[in-house]
Amino acid sequence: MSANFEPNVVAFLCNWCSYAGADLAGTSRVNYPSNIQIIRVMCSGRVNPLYVMNALQQGADGVLVSGCHPGDCHYMEGNFYARRRLGMLKDLMEFVGVDPKRFHMSWVSASEGHKWKEVVEKTVEDAKEAGPFEGFRRRQIDW
Amino acid sequence: MTEKPKVGVYICHCGINISSTVDVDAVAEFAQKLPNVKVARTYSYMCSDPGQVLIKKDIEEQGLNRIVVASCSPRMHEPTFRKAISEAGVNPYFLEMANIREQCSWVHEDIEEGTAKAEKLVSASVAKVRLLEALETKEVDAEPAALVIGAGIAGIQSALDIADAGFKVYLVEKTPSVGGRMAQLDKTFPTLDCSACILTPKMVDAASHPNIELLSYSEVEEIKGFVGNFDVRVRKKARYVDFDKCTGCGDCATECRVKDRFPSEFDQGMGKRSAIYLPFPQAVPAKYTIDPENCLYLSRGKCGKSPKCQDVCGAGAISFDQEDEFVEFKVGAVIVATGFDPFDASRKPEYGYDDYPNVITGMEMERLVSASGPTGGKVKIFNGEEEIEPKEVALIKCVGSRDTSVGNEYCSRVCCMYVAKQAHLIRDKLPDANIRIYYMDVRAFGKGFEEFYDRVRRENVRYIRGNPSEIFKRGNKLVVKVEDTLTSTPLEDEVDMVVLGVGLEPRADMRGVMDLLRLSQSPDGFFLEAHPKLRPVDTATDGVFLAGCAQGPKDIPDTVAQAKGAAASAMIPLARGKVTINAQVATVNEATCRGCSFCVSICPYTAIEMVTVNRFGNEVEVARVNEALCKGCGSCSAACLSDSIQPKSFRDSQILPQIAALGVLK
Repeated sequence: MSANFEPNVVAFLCNWCSYAGADLAGTSRVNYPSNIQIIRVMCSGRVNPLYVMNALQQGADGVLVSGCHPGDCHYMEGNFYARRRLGMLKDLMEFVGVDPKRFHMSWVSASEGHKWKEVVEKTVEDAKEAGPFEGFRRRQIDW
Repeated sequence: MTEKPKVGVYICHCGINISSTVDVDAVAEFAQKLPNVKVARTYSYMCSDPGQVLIKKDIEEQGLNRIVVASCSPRMHEPTFRKAISEAGVNPYFLEMANIREQCSWVHEDIEEGTAKAEKLVSASVAKVRLLEALETKEVDAEPAALVIGAGIAGIQSALDIADAGFKVYLVEKTPSVGGRMAQLDKTFPTLDCSACILTPKMVDAASHPNIELLSYSEVEEIKGFVGNFDVRVRKKARYVDFDKCTGCGDCATECRVKDRFPSEFDQGMGKRSAIYLPFPQAVPAKYTIDPENCLYLSRGKCGKSPKCQDVCGAGAISFDQEDEFVEFKVGAVIVATGFDPFDASRKPEYGYDDYPNVITGMEMERLVSASGPTGGKVKIFNGEEEIEPKEVALIKCVGSRDTSVGNEYCSRVCCMYVAKQAHLIRDKLPDANIRIYYMDVRAFGKGFEEFYDRVRRENVRYIRGNPSEIFKRGNKLVVKVEDTLTSTPLEDEVDMVVLGVGLEPRADMRGVMDLLRLSQSPDGFFLEAHPKLRPVDTATDGVFLAGCAQGPKDIPDTVAQAKGAAASAMIPLARGKVTINAQVATVNEATCRGCSFCVSICPYTAIEMVTVNRFGNEVEVARVNEALCKGCGSCSAACLSDSIQPKSFRDSQILPQIAALGVLK
């Protein structure tokens, strides 16, 4: 692993809390690593575990899923589902030999622009430490 | 849908907000080469009229049928561009926004990094936009009624405006009387209007308005549904007094066996009340309430031979077996006007609020100077046994505001002026007292504020710049330890009385309303508005609006202005009679659905039901979505075993290529 390896991180953010929190980070002009790419979904409960695996397969070295704080879900219970599903996924990833550092979950509210920065920094740093992901055969969807 | 996608990509400079960290021309050049992209352009302000015209013109001339706008957050301008493209004849859902401002140019400094990231985001948007489907927006009827939560000045004003416009209003107040914090104030800055004189008529109006149903001593238990159609359930707490029979004569309170034993909430604990009480003489409704915790009969089951209140009540209104009642109704819009809590001075123990009776808060001072207050408007202190008039009075500003040690970084906006007002009122009552105000800054920003501040200074009130570090007792005196930071002089100022100019805080019980309406908090803890500048009374939940200090500290004029704004916004769906429902709902592919009903058990809105369909001659069970109930969260989709249920605009087939487009550029 080269010292100046820059990982490619894909983040799935719920529209109501984390995406808004990331927007607030922008409005507050906090600075964070640019290797994170955000995909907006309406709710963290929408994030199919497949997306996480798929992102790793398609070139990501790390994946982040972020939603509203447990209990604060805009859709009442979506983030509880996310927590269950993705918690299991994390165990599974470890089991199949994927460094669990590649996958993070976080709860960032619409007012936590600074927390968002910290989450990004931690996710990127961990992905950097884990190095380029070569665990899966890369299969690019032809888009 | 069979039409070949022809994508137009529009990259906004946003003045220099984007273009200073993203090479927009390079991004346009890059976008031009992406699959199906017909045209890629940049413009200084895409959201402006010429920017929108640019897009519309290209749609007409180049036959574009899919649009990507790379600019600010979709949370900001998605509706703007949806409208623009639909005006040019393109389905409004054939739009995808790449957030290259909030999530790119504003958070990265290096132009190379910013440009590379913007390119990725644009290609992900292009990947997705080609696969979006046309959606039709549907309309449903809106209930021409509103719910207002909280009956302080904000809630009262909103309710009156909506009711005057001819709509039904349910005004729910937690405490036994309407009026809120403003009712506790003596005079209001800077005009010195008597608070009660301007508020009480409005309180009466709110209670007697034919279109307003006032539910006092009540709490909202449940709110279901969506804009235009909220189903509300309110708990009317038992007053143990028959509302219709009570005449408000007050004989019960005079005769109560535990008369004047309990601290009056209205008088900030400085006055006393009985177990059966009216919060204050001008309370609306003028109906008595029994406090069940302190009432002998209700807490112990026995009150002498028989409860005295019952004996003396000529109207026979006392009803100990009364129970909480529930009221259910439907509204089209909700206004949250739940107000604030004054900062709890105990959290600054160095000021000795808990230890010294002559250290009081601003709210207590309001009651003390009020003619209807516990001392009849006399400013008095305890000197051992007797009550005397203070000679030396200090007021301290910014207690609990602009103070990160208690977690409140914000300015409470009212303390500068109310402290000045209180200094004026003390001067009025105690012409010979020495009055000084310790301050960090004086923020006299409003209409007439600076003039008022000037007037108070001319009334021989000394402003000393310094933030006291400690208050302690020396003999009969309180010592304010402070450094006068203008002259760098440490002082130990001996005074008789200290008024702490406490700030405003989010209500400790705001959690309940937050959960009911799925609202968010801003970093200061108050309710978060949809946009700080352009949607200051809206929330992220459609049909729910904010008024008054629930949204952030403000003075009475600002509160009333916001309450009127919230009322006007809430009336939009009510007056229109229709609301547009979310088109991005889930849909089931009935050909592949296995009928496992996992989605049914997951849906938080019970929007999915199982139906029997004929599939190639076989009767099979499949899921079906009720589009009026579905909110489009997509939780069902992540649980589906056969990927048969998919939220429109967020289908697997639309998101996976988006991921691919991000990885491909590695």
